[in-house]
Amino acid sequence: MEERNLKYPIGPRHEINVPSDFSFVPRAKDEVRVPIGPQHPALKEPESFSVALRGERIMGVDVKIGYNHRGIEKACEQRSYIQDLYLVERICGICSHTHATCFAQGVEELAGLAVPKRALYIRSLVGELERIHSHLLWLGVAGHEIGFDTLLMYSWRDRELVMDALALLSGNRVNYGINQIGGVRRDVTKEQATEILKAVDKLEEQTKYYIQIAMEETTLIQRLSGVGKLSHDDAVRLGAIGPTGRASGVDRDVRRDDPYAAYGELAFKVVTDGHNDVYGRTIVRLGELLESYALIRQIIKNLPDGPLAVRAPRKIPAGEALSRYEAPRGEDIHYIKSNGGEKPERVKVRAPTLANIQSVAKMLEDRYLADLPIVVAAIDPCFSCTDRTIAVAGRGAMNWEELRRYGIEWYRGQGIDFSRLSSKLGRGA
Amino acid sequence: MSKKKFWAHPGMMIDFVLKSLFKKPATVNYPFEPMPMPPHFRGKLKFWPEKCIGCLLCVKDCPAKAIKITKVGDKKFEAEIDLGKCIYCAQCVDSCPKKALEITPEFELAQISRNKLRLTYDESGSHPTEKKPG
Amino acid sequence: MPYALFTILVFPGFLFLSAVSLFAEFFDRRIYARLQNRKGPPWFQPLADFIKLAAKEDIVPREADLAMFNLAPIFALTAVVTAFFYIPLWGTRALCSFQGDLIVVLYLLTIPTLTFFLGGWYSRSLFSALGAVRSITQLFAYEIPLFISLLAPALLADTWSLSGIAAYYQAHPFYWLFNLVGFGVALVALLGKLERVPFDIPEAETEIVAGSFTEYGGKMLAYFRLAIDSEAVVGASLLAAVYLPFGLGLNPLLGFVLYLIKVFFIIGLIALLRTVFARLRIDQMIVFCWQYVAPIAFLQILFNLVLKGFVLG
Repeated sequence: MEERNLKYPIGPRHEINVPSDFSFVPRAKDEVRVPIGPQHPALKEPESFSVALRGERIMGVDVKIGYNHRGIEKACEQRSYIQDLYLVERICGICSHTHATCFAQGVEELAGLAVPKRALYIRSLVGELERIHSHLLWLGVAGHEIGFDTLLMYSWRDRELVMDALALLSGNRVNYGINQIGGVRRDVTKEQATEILKAVDKLEEQTKYYIQIAMEETTLIQRLSGVGKLSHDDAVRLGAIGPTGRASGVDRDVRRDDPYAAYGELAFKVVTDGHNDVYGRTIVRLGELLESYALIRQIIKNLPDGPLAVRAPRKIPAGEALSRYEAPRGEDIHYIKSNGGEKPERVKVRAPTLANIQSVAKMLEDRYLADLPIVVAAIDPCFSCTDRTIAVAGRGAMNWEELRRYGIEWYRGQGIDFSRLSSKLGRGA
Repeated sequence: MSKKKFWAHPGMMIDFVLKSLFKKPATVNYPFEPMPMPPHFRGKLKFWPEKCIGCLLCVKDCPAKAIKITKVGDKKFEAEIDLGKCIYCAQCVDSCPKKALEITPEFELAQISRNKLRLTYDESGSHPTEKKPG
Repeated sequence: MPYALFTILVFPGFLFLSAVSLFAEFFDRRIYARLQNRKGPPWFQPLADFIKLAAKEDIVPREADLAMFNLAPIFALTAVVTAFFYIPLWGTRALCSFQGDLIVVLYLLTIPTLTFFLGGWYSRSLFSALGAVRSITQLFAYEIPLFISLLAPALLADTWSLSGIAAYYQAHPFYWLFNLVGFGVALVALLGKLERVPFDIPEAETEIVAGSFTEYGGKMLAYFRLAIDSEAVVGASLLAAVYLPFGLGLNPLLGFVLYLIKVFFIIGLIALLRTVFARLRIDQMIVFCWQYVAPIAFLQILFNLVLKGFVLG
């Protein structure tokens, strides 16, 4: 309603409309449109779900992303490979090791480096600890979204164990900084290994309890079962990956299908489920936790001796590389193009959420408003990872200066004049 | 899964939560209780002027452009570290060939003035002085 | 006259109720936190929250209906405090009583939910409106079981007065044990009335922000919160008076302590219940209330009728 009165000086809408096959039903008389986001308590990051409601029933959803774009890919082109490693590590707060490893793998492939085995094992070790951290965090968030705060408190309490293990290993709780191009920066000592195993034992016991809760607690099942249905065919068609896809029977896991780090030498099972709903996604994630514990025990038992890293050149030979990594949320892809200099020519990141967000509208089909938070949370979205580029619909490509001018004009059309504001602040237009 | 099982255990966490009543809280009363940092914790940077040879590798590798090294005399260098820009990755410590940079476990670095975040390590040694505004 | 004013405003009236309510909120939050292996807030936290909110600027949305927006919290608080006067706390006599005050108390306790609806509706915000509609929908689900389950003990006592009920169970000790099923039903319904997990649907944070209270802030929110806290104490007192009427003949001091123990026992039970459940959806809540809770309440009535008619004569 308000939108009609606003003047758009250039072009119509500027947000990206993620294509979905569940088209938005035109606003009928008995429908209301509820803005879930960009600022909403259910969402931990800014993104927008415009929901058309009839009573409590969802008639249509418009998903818009692009609120959290930070220009990291562009920034990568202006920094050296060493600096980029820390920059990509900060793409995501939870799967930071994912992005750093994925990037390092790509650069190592370009430079033709043979990374020592011990380094590969340590990468896998941190990767699995990170998966545990991510999945336990997810369990808590899922609990909170359906009003089960007790589950949140307990799963996050136990998450502290794995956070402490990661801090012990790398120094910090997040942004571990364990990677360097050509290997890893920190070793795992015997004492650290025993500490980690102790934490894993405790966590395994707790996880088994959570599995029991998730499978048997009545209210939890009532809220999870049958919610956010995504059939196998839809999952394949919409490109759902990671636990979201695996809960719809899409048996894909980069760790097994295209082994990286130490995964080629480790035995593990890819957890899949046929429930096709949020319940199934919970079961898959909890099952993956158990697999991760087993993997960590294997890694620590088989940790080979040897150097931690090989020397990497500052200038990376020209070429292109595509690196894949199974993040806790799904497959993460980094594309790196080098022109033989110290800085990459192009870095492209495809974070798992971008692949999964497509299916959200489908999952919300014919559900209730109350299901929206848990359905969105069930893909374990990370929107700062996802927001990478801005394409202005119908405007074609724009250069930096044009984009800036477009932004200023757009806001002026909304009644916000930044030139006046900056002159008020005494900085001149 | 049968429908019957869905109503099997309402509130099955009850014994688990009741046990917690008699346990110590899992939380740490942080500002009043110390929170020890793990070894290798990457906190505030420390600079040793006498070790620096002025190769500027740290400046080159710093992802956040937080380090500034200036020559103040013959083989004498001064470092300005902006803790507001620093991302605490400790790449500079790895890059430094002479170990003139060091990470400390100090992490309570919040300041109310941006100037206080800029630390200058001059030849007087390991105690940083505040950068004067301007 | 001054004594009447004292009883209404200070003890055991408004001020006493407010103090107990704030402490009950602390008790609820502390128990909730301890059950979750957390520490929980200090005892003065609810009071500090109240003072902070009361000191804040009142912001009324431009679209909102000013009178309704500001009157709703006051009405909620007034209704709850009024209901408190008819409940016998310790001893068998309430501050005021007449034949039929049980019904009046039940109606007075419905008013807060209505004010949630009106306040939310006249905020003219989407989330408030959704919350408002949800609270009124939920009202229809829990109110009937609550009424029915509270009528059962009254049937047994053959009186519609709360003081009369107290006197009856004082005269017939251990008869209250017959009503334990009704106590369970009333407790579940009270969860719905107080909008606690699993029935916190009207203010489900992750769905509709704060429901009816989304647009509220400052003094009006402080009054609403005090009203909700008081509603918890009044509801617990009502349940204590109807279902746990023992030890009423003790001397006033002991009786007072016993009353507090009963009320905090019920508030502790509510805290425990809200710890172990996930929030239900509104459709599931209604099905649950009509399919399981209401029939059990009817069973209690039937049981009491049979008991009264054939066994106790």
